[in-house]
Amino acid sequence: MRRGAPIRAAALLLLLAGCKGPQSVLDPAGKDAAVLADLFWVLLIGAVVLWLAVNGLFFYVTRIETRSMSRRLADTLVIGGGIVFPFFLLSGLLIYALSIMPDQTREGEGVLVRVTGEQWWWRVEYIPEPGAEPIIAANEIRLPVNHRTEIKLGADKVIHSFWIPALAGKMDMFPGRETRLAVEPTRPGVYRGQCAELCGEAHALMAFQAVVMEQAEFAAWLEAERQDAKAPADEIARQGQTVFLEEGCGACHTVRGTQARGRVGPDLTHVGGRLSLGAGILPTDRDAFASWVSHTKGIKPGVKMPPYDHLTEAKLSALSVYLEGLK
Amino acid sequence: MARARTGVAPDSKNVYPPTEAILDNPIDEQTGERGARELREVWKTPKGWRYWSAVNNSEVGKWYALSAFFFMMCAGVLALLMRVQLAVPGNDFLSAERFNQFFTMHGSAMMFLFAVPMFEAISILLLPGLLGARDMPFPRLSAYGFWCFLIGGIFVMGSVLFGVAPDSGWFMYPPLATEAEGIGSDIWLLGLSFIEVASIAAAVELIVGVLKCRPPGMRVNLMPLYAWYVLVVGGMILFAFPPLIAGDFLFEMQRSFDWPFFDPDRGGDPMLWQHLFWIFGHPEVYIVFLPSIAIAAMIVPTAAQRPIVGYSWIVLSAVGTGFLSFGLWVHHMFTTGLPSMSLGFFSAASEAVVIPTGIQLFAFLATLMVGRVKMNLPMLFITGALAIFTAGGLTGVMVALAPFDWQVHDTYFIVAHLHYTLFGGMVFPVMAGVYYYFPFFTKKTLSERVGRIVFWLMFVGFNVTFLPMHLTGLMGMPRRVFTYPSVLGWDLLNLISSVGAFIVASAFVLFAIDLLRPRGKQPYAERNLWNAGTLEWAHNVPEENWGSRAVPYISSRYPLWDQKDIVERMDKGHFYLHDAPDGKRETLITTVLDARPIQCLRVSGPAWITILAAVFTGGAFIFPTFHWYPPAILCGGAAIACVIYWLWTGTAQVPDKKMRDVGLTLELPVYASGPASVGWWGVWITMLGDATAFASLIFGYFFYWTAKPDFPPPGTEHALAVPLLMGAAALVLSWAATLGARIVNGQGRVAAARALLVAAPLLAVAGSVLFCLSVVSSGLEPTSHVYPAIIWAVMVWTVVHTGAGVIMQCYCLAGSLFGKLTPDHDADIWNVTLFWHFVCLTVVVAGLTIGVMPRVMG
Repeated sequence: MRRGAPIRAAALLLLLAGCKGPQSVLDPAGKDAAVLADLFWVLLIGAVVLWLAVNGLFFYVTRIETRSMSRRLADTLVIGGGIVFPFFLLSGLLIYALSIMPDQTREGEGVLVRVTGEQWWWRVEYIPEPGAEPIIAANEIRLPVNHRTEIKLGADKVIHSFWIPALAGKMDMFPGRETRLAVEPTRPGVYRGQCAELCGEAHALMAFQAVVMEQAEFAAWLEAERQDAKAPADEIARQGQTVFLEEGCGACHTVRGTQARGRVGPDLTHVGGRLSLGAGILPTDRDAFASWVSHTKGIKPGVKMPPYDHLTEAKLSALSVYLEGLK
Repeated sequence: MARARTGVAPDSKNVYPPTEAILDNPIDEQTGERGARELREVWKTPKGWRYWSAVNNSEVGKWYALSAFFFMMCAGVLALLMRVQLAVPGNDFLSAERFNQFFTMHGSAMMFLFAVPMFEAISILLLPGLLGARDMPFPRLSAYGFWCFLIGGIFVMGSVLFGVAPDSGWFMYPPLATEAEGIGSDIWLLGLSFIEVASIAAAVELIVGVLKCRPPGMRVNLMPLYAWYVLVVGGMILFAFPPLIAGDFLFEMQRSFDWPFFDPDRGGDPMLWQHLFWIFGHPEVYIVFLPSIAIAAMIVPTAAQRPIVGYSWIVLSAVGTGFLSFGLWVHHMFTTGLPSMSLGFFSAASEAVVIPTGIQLFAFLATLMVGRVKMNLPMLFITGALAIFTAGGLTGVMVALAPFDWQVHDTYFIVAHLHYTLFGGMVFPVMAGVYYYFPFFTKKTLSERVGRIVFWLMFVGFNVTFLPMHLTGLMGMPRRVFTYPSVLGWDLLNLISSVGAFIVASAFVLFAIDLLRPRGKQPYAERNLWNAGTLEWAHNVPEENWGSRAVPYISSRYPLWDQKDIVERMDKGHFYLHDAPDGKRETLITTVLDARPIQCLRVSGPAWITILAAVFTGGAFIFPTFHWYPPAILCGGAAIACVIYWLWTGTAQVPDKKMRDVGLTLELPVYASGPASVGWWGVWITMLGDATAFASLIFGYFFYWTAKPDFPPPGTEHALAVPLLMGAAALVLSWAATLGARIVNGQGRVAAARALLVAAPLLAVAGSVLFCLSVVSSGLEPTSHVYPAIIWAVMVWTVVHTGAGVIMQCYCLAGSLFGKLTPDHDADIWNVTLFWHFVCLTVVVAGLTIGVMPRVMG
């Protein structure tokens, strides 16, 4: 027995290490997610013990003690194992689980976030205080640490599900109905969220980053996010802006401070400052912008944005520089 | 009569239950041989191309099972292709579109084309044997159900090959599925509705079979457990499928005519579909699981060589599981933002179902404890089933807790959980059942050696595939994603799962080869080779298609263990119905509770009309997929004509003689009507399902009322009161006329009955027209808002039923005129009256809902 112990401990460690990840339920960075992760470990231990007990018993009576045993013992097994034991066990479990169940819909404080699921990206609006003009962004959610932020969820056409495993359980997003979720991150960092309800062809490519920041840092970021887009820094970027406006990108996208005021696609005012492009699927560097703009459908099947593969190399490159510069 | 028995005094007529003296009194050898000859002739399976006109349970059941197996293999291939795509991150083996079609079809096919049909196939194959009956009560209905299933299955499955398959998931959530382009959603809705109708037909058949076709003496408490499970599962199908059919109806109305049931912009609500789907979907899980438990309940006592321990507990648990399964559906909707109260309630209900499931498992364990266990191949599969199912059950306990479900819902953890429950609770027990019952079906055995290899490949492969998925899901991988990035730590886990999938596939290929290889030279297996105690193992002679040589008198749950010489007596034809002097296929009908014989039912033989009816029914469902309505309507009409022809020529025939000597001194009537007849029970059970579908529609109406503030919209029109009232009154009168016709016909006043049967359809037509008018001319525009749309839907539903009622009334009138319906032979009008009871109820509820409710409450 003793010799096996270190091996088992090592295996357990390996398992725990394997549980880490930016989208892992078992690597929580939020208050509610931590409760749910603890719940899982309790459930897992219970399940393993019960599985071993039932299957061990089965193995015993079919392989080891195949002679007949007493009828009274058998009756006791049916009543005890089938009714009494599970009744008390399940009642206890239910009381425990419901008593620790976090109220994911309770009200938050401070800034309110509204997230709308689109096919296949996330429209994000920050409302600093009730009645204030929303600050519009997309495909990334920034949250202050140690602060319960309320997120109001909706959807444009079809049902989506909003899920940041490291912070909290998921909540579905419906067209025509508002659902709510409040999250309380406890550890700054970058976590990954993903749509969890089948929402069409590119459902697999609808992710986002959730960035948890220190409170002061968050306030500063939000203030910067509120500002209009920076003017192009150099000539190439200026050319890029011209391409952007001439190609009609503004029909679908907004870049605040320019004539581009479209609402169909993601707001691009600060797109260069985001951690990812195309709803969590590409980085926000120059190459990524170029390949996205020219190969939208190849990268994300079914996406509404047409591929701008007719742009010359120079125009595409200028456009990428411009977009990357929208920090 | 020349068929007198030796040694029975002429005064001992109609002795029941049979005394030991009667049972001990063999018919002479000559009579026995003649009886066998007659039976052989009557039950002969047609040869050559006519083979496909067979309706006997052994043929239909075999086709059914093999078709379901074929569809399972197809759905399995889809799974393999998906596993190839997911083997490595960022793969482009399958396009997103194709991948979405594949998982939609994998789930839909496994559920609708494999799991449920397989239960029905196995039950159709087994039930007559278990009950010592000759056949199912409505053989042509089984055949019709099978052909519908085959046509619908090929249609739905075939869509994958043309790249037009449904791609919105097997749960078809609107608005995604309602808005989906192409015909995929229509294929799902219409093709699977068609198959659901076939499933309900089979369920009716199976329920009536268990209730009315048991051998004399087999009281309900002596029924083999399998029959109990058939009863429970049949009942569940009857109450679970109709809500889905009602949902499909609303859904297709939205797809085809833009009635906005699920469109939030016009007052609709996608949540209604989620409720209707899961009111079906959760019982469906147990519809799949319980029959497999039933198979285990047959194998375990045989392995233990002891009667099952806790028979009553098991029956109660099966019934309890059935009931509870209808109260759990909301646990599929834990992440839709429900109030905590609902979460708590449905968590508790979901945990509660563990108890009846646990009782059944522990009863099997207890049986194995008290017995001397002989491990055989079927038991090996049962062992595997238990290991896998308990794991799936325990993860089920986890996900039933709402807070835990918030994290793992729609992730690979659920994929693992559901495959553990379905492999453990369905595939492995069915495999055990195939190895156990193969000698019963074919008198040959499957290879023991290959079987062991199949088991280990399947067991190991399964766990390699699905065990890692628990972790994949916990690490955040959602379901139904066609690809994933490499940075999330899912790569290795997915690769392992993909490898495992191919191991499982190899097991199935090996199994299929062993199952289908010709075994002409293989010697017959010994009779009752497992030494089982239930009646089906009395079977012996392979080429005889008569089911049971004679229908025995039963006095034990395990007659082959407990009843002395029962097999020898059956072989010699020394029980009921040992001959077929009239050249008709016959089986015994007994009472529901204590199985007292009350009728010698003549069941129908081979026929093409059932295939024709199925083909036209198929047309009526399949053409609307392409929005080709005229041919669909023609097919619908032709299907109705076929069914009328089939009923007219094949059911409730006026017999050439009243009584039939069925042996052991008993004489039974050949004709029965009303509650004594199987047809009446068939109608009654069908109408329960029909009423459930209607109730689901009405549920929809009140769901909108409670969930939507603008229902009914302010200032809206309502259904016109006067025509609605008059229409409903005419329809109620039509019901009264039908009932009156049945009563006066029974009293022998045929002319009065005919007069009423002329008045009844006229009233019904007038009533239907007025009912239509009250909605059509009210200015309610069904595309404008969900309120007029649901009123139209209720109206359409009602009028379709009254229309069917008119056809039935005319059928009875024709029967009366042409001598098929007489005061003594009135089964048809009993059944039609029963149908009209339900129509009358539908009319009244519909009238109150659309006419009175909005005026009183609004």
